[in-house]
Amino acid sequence: MPIWIYILASVIKSAIVLLVLLTAVAYTVWLERKVVGRMQNRWGPTRVGPFGLLQPAADGIKFLFKEDLTPPHVYKPLFLAAPLIAVVFALTSIAVIPFGNSITLFGYSFPLQITTDVNTGLLLILGVTSIGVYGVALAGWSSNNKYSLLGGLRASAQMVSYEISLGLSLVGVLILAGSFSLTDIVHAQQGHFWGFIPHWNIFVQPVAFFCYLMAAYAETNRIPFDLPEAETELVAGYHTEYSAMKFAMFFMAEYANMITVGCLATLLFLGGWNGPIFGPAIVQALLPVLWFCAKVFVFLFIYIWVRGTLPRFRYDQLMAFGWKFLLPLALVNLIATAIAVAW
Amino acid sequence: MVPLSYYLVLSGILFACGVTGFLIKRNIITIFMSIELMLNGVNLSFVAFAAHWHTLSGQVFVFFVMVVAAAEAAVGLAIIISVYRTRETLNVDQVNLLKL
Amino acid sequence: MISVHLVLFLVFGAIAVAGAVNLLVQRHPINSALSLIAVMAALAGEYLLLGAEFVAAVQVIVYAGAIMVLFVFTIMLLNAGEEERTQGSRVAFMFGIPGMLLGSLLVAWVVLKHSGTEAVNAGVWDSASIPARSVPGSPETIGPLLFHEFLLPFEITSILILVAIMGAVVLASRPTAPGGPPQKVKD
Repeated sequence: MPIWIYILASVIKSAIVLLVLLTAVAYTVWLERKVVGRMQNRWGPTRVGPFGLLQPAADGIKFLFKEDLTPPHVYKPLFLAAPLIAVVFALTSIAVIPFGNSITLFGYSFPLQITTDVNTGLLLILGVTSIGVYGVALAGWSSNNKYSLLGGLRASAQMVSYEISLGLSLVGVLILAGSFSLTDIVHAQQGHFWGFIPHWNIFVQPVAFFCYLMAAYAETNRIPFDLPEAETELVAGYHTEYSAMKFAMFFMAEYANMITVGCLATLLFLGGWNGPIFGPAIVQALLPVLWFCAKVFVFLFIYIWVRGTLPRFRYDQLMAFGWKFLLPLALVNLIATAIAVAW
Repeated sequence: MVPLSYYLVLSGILFACGVTGFLIKRNIITIFMSIELMLNGVNLSFVAFAAHWHTLSGQVFVFFVMVVAAAEAAVGLAIIISVYRTRETLNVDQVNLLKL
Repeated sequence: MISVHLVLFLVFGAIAVAGAVNLLVQRHPINSALSLIAVMAALAGEYLLLGAEFVAAVQVIVYAGAIMVLFVFTIMLLNAGEEERTQGSRVAFMFGIPGMLLGSLLVAWVVLKHSGTEAVNAGVWDSASIPARSVPGSPETIGPLLFHEFLLPFEITSILILVAIMGAVVLASRPTAPGGPPQKVKD
């Protein structure tokens, strides 16, 4: 297709996806507060709008008007840049995530992802996750505060350690699909076993899904792996000295990472946008996107459910779990999958 | 289109910057980073030649260079940490005695 | 002739050279580390221009995302401060920089004078089995090469990494007892 149509389509897709993603980040916060509140036998936000639905808007306005403190002896360039790094790389990996099949408009076929179908989409996401560690490490160091430094070092060591298990758990899926392209991996999960069990990778690779789930919790610094930012440990870890908008950026980066990890889990393990298709043509074009969003919602609900239920690991238990249990498990899964496929 | 020589000149510039950093810097960690810069310049040269001669062996060799650089970085940084523990300084001009 | 390849090459090349020069100019090691990360990212872009997408991805994941994290950790843990000027560094300044400038200009002049102007990517690749949708450097083409022809170097580098891990753990650990290893009691 001509280059200007491609650029226009990419700009429109970027705008829509960013808008939806930022709204989803805000309302994931609301969902978490409601669900965790109900699990703890209390209401959660109810006053601001019906069912507290305007609470994210109130929080956003609060963050905008809060006083933005910069402590005197911080290393200014990195202090200001670290939240930006965290947010930018949390939002970048959405660029290669496909939300549905290609749709055909005006004679051109547009893939439902911001870029076209990238050959090495999975490697790109792993790369962006690796760079996201810098936001946390530099925030902890530039705050000129021993609690922030230790919190930042702990958090980045945890993220780097669990990246390995994350990558290895995905290799089993890659062997089954034969390609790094996310669209190909979703197409490889079409069909059913015995007529009713869908051909999703979660049924074929349950161990890999478990490894991915644990590594995802550790990468996004969520319970049970949220020691670096727990309130009773190291004050507040790497974002102790941040206030107002910069703290909101870290918050946004954490929830955007959660959503990205959820989208990736949906594409790789839960069958992507495969689901029953019915209805007239316009509904048929949009139904895959709805299935995709429904599966991401289920994944986020499990995230929040685990947050309300489990206690957190101590740091040495956390590192031992990552290196001594999860990594060998992912390797064994890889070897077993390779042997099963080569047989 | 871009001729091969442009890539080689860029690779040479990066390598020269790495050597310059190795010579003029006094902090051990910065010297080590100049070594990594030299290795990156060489990697670019490998990939450019792989594209020029249309073989993939150049790219596979870049893979091995990266692996060796990773191993060297790990051991080198561990040595730097031990040197810091005994000498309390990161300045190479003050680490010039073979005994403590 | 101005083409998109040339423009992108110049953009990434400018970022790489600017990062390299910034590494030399900055006094604090953390700024040098961040400049080096910028150089590596720009080089990943250059690798993509040369059709090496797997190498570009590995450059970002391994080099910029793991090795440089090690460097940044060390700089933070050892609390490395800014550099001071000493006698040795002034001498190196006076002789090193003009020397390197002269050497690199000479090499650049020789290379540019004695080479053609054809594009680096022109021509046919020898592995005729490149899958339809991928570039020559995609994982499907590098994988068989890595595990068939280059299997021995691959296995040797895995042993090398294992040895490096063990060495790093031993070197960086604190000595357990003052005065060295315990002596065997003989009587």
